[in-house]
Amino acid sequence: MTRPFLSVENLVVHFPTPDGIVRATDGLSYSLERGQTLGIVGESGSGKSVSSSAILGLHRGTSARVSGQIWLDGVDLLQLSDEEMRKRRGHDVAMIFQDPLSSLHPYYRVGDQIGEAYRAHHNVSKRAARIRTIEMLARVGIPQPDRRVDDYPHQFSGGMRQRVMIAMALINDPTLLIADEPTTALDVTVQAQILDLLQDLQREFQTALIMITHDLGVIAEVADDVLVMYAGRAVEHGSGRDLLTKPSMPYTWGLIQSIPDVSGPVDKPLRPIPGSPPSLVNPPKGCAFFPRCPYAKLVDGTGDRCANEMPELLPITPGHLKRCHLEDPEVMYEDAPELEVAR
Amino acid sequence: MIAFAIRRILVGIAMLLAMVLVVFVLFFAAGNPARDVCGKFCTPDKLKQITQVYGYDQPLTYQFGQFMKGLVIGRDFPVDDKYRAQLEKTHPELVIHCDAPCLGYSQHDSMTVNAEIAKYYPITIQLAIFSFLLWIVFGILFGVLAAVFKGRWLDRIVVGVTLVVYALPTFFVGTFLLQYISIRWKLFPYPRYVSIADGGPIAWITSLFLPALTLALFYMAGYVRITRAFVLESMSEDYIRTAKAKGLPMRVVLFKHGLRAALTPLLSMAGLDFAALLAGAVITESVFNYQGLGLLAVTANKNSDLPILIGLVITAGAAVIVMNIIVDLLYAYVDPRVRLR
Repeated sequence: MTRPFLSVENLVVHFPTPDGIVRATDGLSYSLERGQTLGIVGESGSGKSVSSSAILGLHRGTSARVSGQIWLDGVDLLQLSDEEMRKRRGHDVAMIFQDPLSSLHPYYRVGDQIGEAYRAHHNVSKRAARIRTIEMLARVGIPQPDRRVDDYPHQFSGGMRQRVMIAMALINDPTLLIADEPTTALDVTVQAQILDLLQDLQREFQTALIMITHDLGVIAEVADDVLVMYAGRAVEHGSGRDLLTKPSMPYTWGLIQSIPDVSGPVDKPLRPIPGSPPSLVNPPKGCAFFPRCPYAKLVDGTGDRCANEMPELLPITPGHLKRCHLEDPEVMYEDAPELEVAR
Repeated sequence: MIAFAIRRILVGIAMLLAMVLVVFVLFFAAGNPARDVCGKFCTPDKLKQITQVYGYDQPLTYQFGQFMKGLVIGRDFPVDDKYRAQLEKTHPELVIHCDAPCLGYSQHDSMTVNAEIAKYYPITIQLAIFSFLLWIVFGILFGVLAAVFKGRWLDRIVVGVTLVVYALPTFFVGTFLLQYISIRWKLFPYPRYVSIADGGPIAWITSLFLPALTLALFYMAGYVRITRAFVLESMSEDYIRTAKAKGLPMRVVLFKHGLRAALTPLLSMAGLDFAALLAGAVITESVFNYQGLGLLAVTANKNSDLPILIGLVITAGAAVIVMNIIVDLLYAYVDPRVRLR
């Protein structure tokens, strides 16, 4: 059996701290083919950025403990030496970050910063890197690239800065691109442009794309597959269509329900998920979502099973996995306001 | 850029004027300058004579005008016009011309303050530059090392030693270096200032080393701590993560991306600390008996020599203002976000 292009298997990222071990990612597995997009959804602190940074090896040299396997194109990235990993970082795997202003160095010209990424992996002159940089700036839709190449990041608007980041990430033609909330810091009209651009470029270069976001609208637009993360683990995994139309885990359903309905009546109340994510140092014994889950009692009448037994990530239909004791997820869809949050 | 520079310089001149006014008010208008100038062994006759000769009986506005005139175009001493005209006929050698910027005339030393400062300034400048280089180079070096090895034994040793050095008063360090390193253990020749013209570069550097080290150790301690903090802060910035994600080697990430951002804020600190040293290192110069501005200030204070003290205060203030302008201009050069305004 051939391995998928990207295959993350049982990835664990733990951070030892004085208060205990922070289990930022605990046994995460997924796979992705070239030209496909995986959306990773979850709240802040659910482990989506941490697990993706592990693919680039950004935890090397820190106190983080990373284990598991990350197979990219037949090579386990976690087995590479630091120098071998450095050669792949930015070359085979590239990453775009959330806030393009703080992610660009304020003291260097954008052209130099982009060209630096090229020269880190290609033995070319500054002039050649500059020509390539201007090409990339034009490709990501920056007007007058031959002039703007000498500008500083603070002279760009937010959307243009994110285009610069994309140019920097794609200049080496990576086979895997990780976009960590690339549109969160941008206003809505610019968001759509950036997403379109990313999809165009993905088609052109047949890049595998991991789109990290907490915005289900973004997921609906770009993702082939979706992975929902909660407290460092995958809680639901499936095709974008399945997941958005037939969510099978109360957390996913909560996320979908908490999207404000713009077309509905003005006085319709927002439906947030009550409570906050659990501590990653002392995760709950049972299901991590149990304290916030309004459906736990529907499982066994008391909610004891959810409180004490961690559900496995199991398939409900081929390619659609959920981590939930609830046998029939359809009960969630009926409005259940009388249900109290457990505890 | 040029408009920015010109505006900063104009503001600097305005600040200088304001400072001179404040100094004048403090020393002339608020106190009894004639009594101060008269010195320790003052008689009523002498006091009366000084009051007249220096024009302290004139209105304050006139005195300030004369003082400013001295600063801008120079003036002659004694101040009183009639007295000077008379003196010019009888004893022309006693009339002293003081070129702009004239800071005053010391009755005690029978010299213009400018001549006095010119005599003591070289040592102060040389000490300031030498110790500045020492503390900047080693302060930053140890600070970066501590940051890179954060939490490990090298970091702990550097931080611990710095704390101890920082806690030691300058007079203690100076006396220790002098008494033990130089006199008792004879590790270093007894520091006696030798100019580069007299003894050549090696003797010159040797003669400045111990006092410069005394000064540098104090500042170095602070710079190690601050460099360490700035480097750690800058290395946790998002753009460092970007630099790593590009696949840059770690040394490029640290030295090009990390240090550039970490060291820029040091510029303003270094400028002001250097300016403070330009006013003379009172304790260090006293301990080593080096004839710099600090020692001049101590001597002038002992002799109640007010004109010299005023001259020193204005010199010190001017040094701070000039360094500030230089730092601002350097900032505009180093940080692209400061430009174009």
